[in-house]
Amino acid sequence: MKARIHVYLKPGVLDPQGQAVSNSLNHLGFDEVAGVRQGKLIEIDLNTADAEEAHSRVAEMCDKLLANPVIENYDIELSA
Amino acid sequence: MKTAVIVFPGSNCDRDAAMALEAVTGVKPAMVWHEETELPEGLDFIMVPGGFSYGDYLRSGAVAARSPIVNDLKAKAEAGVPMLGVCNGFQILTEAGLLDGTLMRNASLHFVCEKAPLLVETANTRFTKGYADRKEIVIPVAHHDGNYFADEATLDRIEGEGQVAFRYANNPNGSARDIAGVTNAAGNVLGMMPHPERAVDADHGGTDGLALFESVLGKLS
Repeated sequence: MKARIHVYLKPGVLDPQGQAVSNSLNHLGFDEVAGVRQGKLIEIDLNTADAEEAHSRVAEMCDKLLANPVIENYDIELSA
Repeated sequence: MKTAVIVFPGSNCDRDAAMALEAVTGVKPAMVWHEETELPEGLDFIMVPGGFSYGDYLRSGAVAARSPIVNDLKAKAEAGVPMLGVCNGFQILTEAGLLDGTLMRNASLHFVCEKAPLLVETANTRFTKGYADRKEIVIPVAHHDGNYFADEATLDRIEGEGQVAFRYANNPNGSARDIAGVTNAAGNVLGMMPHPERAVDADHGGTDGLALFESVLGKLS
């Protein structure tokens, strides 16, 4: 089983890297870009077939290490 | 005086910290590798040094904060042992949950390396009592992720409790409310981005950091 974890900044947390990417896209002529938020995608291979257990274990991984609750939220996506 | 410096893979201010501690106490600190599970008994002061532990992978300080030694570091913090995290050490202490807030990428996106004028916000901590007669000091900064962030409620709380120890006179990194250094609620843990251990020798750019170490460790003479 695979877990794909999206870690992203909470709303309202300043994202200077996203702003720099947004400015760069504007400079390239992509005038429709009104804002960019930059996050992380983490992929984990799991030795388990139980989706429910996998989800709770991955959530624990996020809480203990992969995301910083002060500034970040996360979403977990599981696939076979 | 018995002191220790914790060393992680990628620490690069550990020897500066050791030099400063030896200069103030007259005794070399114990250098404790992060894979150890216990710090020496009877420590008077612990320093978590600057650097780039684990190459800043994931988030600055995130991986180091889950090292084996950190369990005992937390126990020592709980027991009231004074400890100081500088730069990456500050990032590690926030990631370990020993201090509020977190350190984000500098708002300018630039690495800043300069002498930073700081305001001593309160001389009423065990780390700053030696600055009672001074309001502004100059301590070097060198970091990419020094932008202190916490939610408004947390900022209000730590301000109200007198936990903001230092503020930048010219904010170099976008830190909320110009915060350069904070303590925990009990007052025995201090984290700061500026490097006081780099400001203890007149031949190396100033001595404004000396009073911090003397505040917490006493003067040698």
